[in-house]
Amino acid sequence: MMIRDEFRQIRDNGVWHQNTSLVQILGLCPLLAVTTNLVNGVMLSLATIIVMAISNAAVSSLRNLIPHEIRIPVFILIVAALVTVVDLIFNAQFHDLYLVLGIFIPLIVTNCIVLARVEAFANKNPLLQSTLDGVFMGVGMLWTLALLGGLRELIGGGTLFSGIDMVFPALQQLQLLPADYPGFLLAILPPGAFILLGCLIAWKNWVEARAAARSPGRPPMPSAAVTDGA
Amino acid sequence: MTDFTTPPYLLLERSSVRRVMLQVLAALLPGIAAYVWLIGPIILVQLAIATLAALAGEALMLGVRRQPRGLFLTDGSAIVTAWLIALAFPPMAPWWLIVVGTLFAIVVAKHLYGGLGQNPFNPAMVAFAACIVSFPALMSQWPALGLTLTLTLSEQLQIIAGLASRVDVMSGATPLDALKTALKLGDGELDVPTLLATQEVFGHFAGRGWEWVTSGYLLGGLWLWQRRIIAWHAPLGFIAGLSLLAGVLWLWQPQQFASPLFHLFSGGTLLGAFFIVTDPVSGCTTPKGKLIFGFSAGLLAYTIRVFGGYPDGVAFAVLLLNLCVPLIDMYSQPPIFGLKNEK
Repeated sequence: MMIRDEFRQIRDNGVWHQNTSLVQILGLCPLLAVTTNLVNGVMLSLATIIVMAISNAAVSSLRNLIPHEIRIPVFILIVAALVTVVDLIFNAQFHDLYLVLGIFIPLIVTNCIVLARVEAFANKNPLLQSTLDGVFMGVGMLWTLALLGGLRELIGGGTLFSGIDMVFPALQQLQLLPADYPGFLLAILPPGAFILLGCLIAWKNWVEARAAARSPGRPPMPSAAVTDGA
Repeated sequence: MTDFTTPPYLLLERSSVRRVMLQVLAALLPGIAAYVWLIGPIILVQLAIATLAALAGEALMLGVRRQPRGLFLTDGSAIVTAWLIALAFPPMAPWWLIVVGTLFAIVVAKHLYGGLGQNPFNPAMVAFAACIVSFPALMSQWPALGLTLTLTLSEQLQIIAGLASRVDVMSGATPLDALKTALKLGDGELDVPTLLATQEVFGHFAGRGWEWVTSGYLLGGLWLWQRRIIAWHAPLGFIAGLSLLAGVLWLWQPQQFASPLFHLFSGGTLLGAFFIVTDPVSGCTTPKGKLIFGFSAGLLAYTIRVFGGYPDGVAFAVLLLNLCVPLIDMYSQPPIFGLKNEK
């Protein structure tokens, strides 16, 4: 049984205070390579959420059985098995998307976020909390990658949801800017991802600084990622 | 208005940024005059667009960063960036391309890094690199020879405003590009001396028309040096590096490589040598460092220009060397006066 405050803390940490992309700055490789559009970012995040939730649950249940000295290889084995399952599901269900995302689905195994949460949280906390932590850390990654992918797609090509037909064949991409929009290609290229990620981090810091300035009595939530060894 | 509350040395400092920037702008005038005379007065429109965009971006960012507008808007640094961008971009670039480039330079390359004096990269070169990576087609469309002189000014304005079609008339390339493409298409059968003598795009010793524009930059640069606004180290190093590589390759295979003279007066060499690598903010600060900085940038600019895929290499060379500036500065500190340089 868990209390409401605990749930809220896990949720807020995952979604905002320890956001994987904006605060912990983990998993930059898929972040840079995959967020060329919104759909890719969302789908890779969904795959990561599934892996994180189940691996956190598995490690949390087995945490008293795993010898401390060899815990990392055991974690990797569990995560790798789950990623293989997700990889096969993507290949079967969304084959076109699977070809686009390519190596980045298998690479979820090596994603620091998954191992960081398993090691830092699931290894020390009960089943329910660990599963929720995996889900909400993934949700934090999801909205960041969706925002970044959407911005890059919009600035770079003037569209939104391109490639949605690979997930839902009935849907079409949205052309938000006029068709003769020349496209600011830099946003699609890796430097654009770095610049926009920097802007997002600056925006998050600005929001927190403003919130702290408005309520001087209450100290701001510590957003230090270092505390949990990630 | 006399300000009695500020110590005199501060008054001198404050006005000196503006004085330096105004002299840099003045030094660009001979090149601009040649540009207007040989290529067309359209460059004046582009300069005006870039200046307005730069001042707007500067005012916006100063407001966001809560810095004194009156002081920084009038120091002229934004206008120098704007003019360099307008001169480096194709003369018939659509207006929004100039605006996007200038805003990118001012907002991202200058103010996001901390504003005047804080930017690690040359803003004008960041704008050029960002635009040539994002819009390679538009940035490579230079007017075919004589076109800007035959089209009336209103027709040129229509092209810039995007009202007239630009497909057919904009088939030209820079002299550097023309040489590279012809050599590639010729597949060893064409050689450089024949090309330079026969093709219309080439003039006496470099690109027709452009050779006098770049001579104007040289003139302005020498004046800046004579006024002690810039030191000789960086420009000389840049020219030496580029000429050395060009000269060696030219002596080795004169059929395949153009002469150093051609490379000096083509593309952005002289504009870069006197107005870009001399940037006191993003360049090196020690004399020896300036020499190394300029020389390496020259070598790199030639390499990218001749063997790379882009029309010119000055922007990428300068940006790459900007990254090395802290390292070069660290290893080129002059010995302290009165002490022996301990080795």
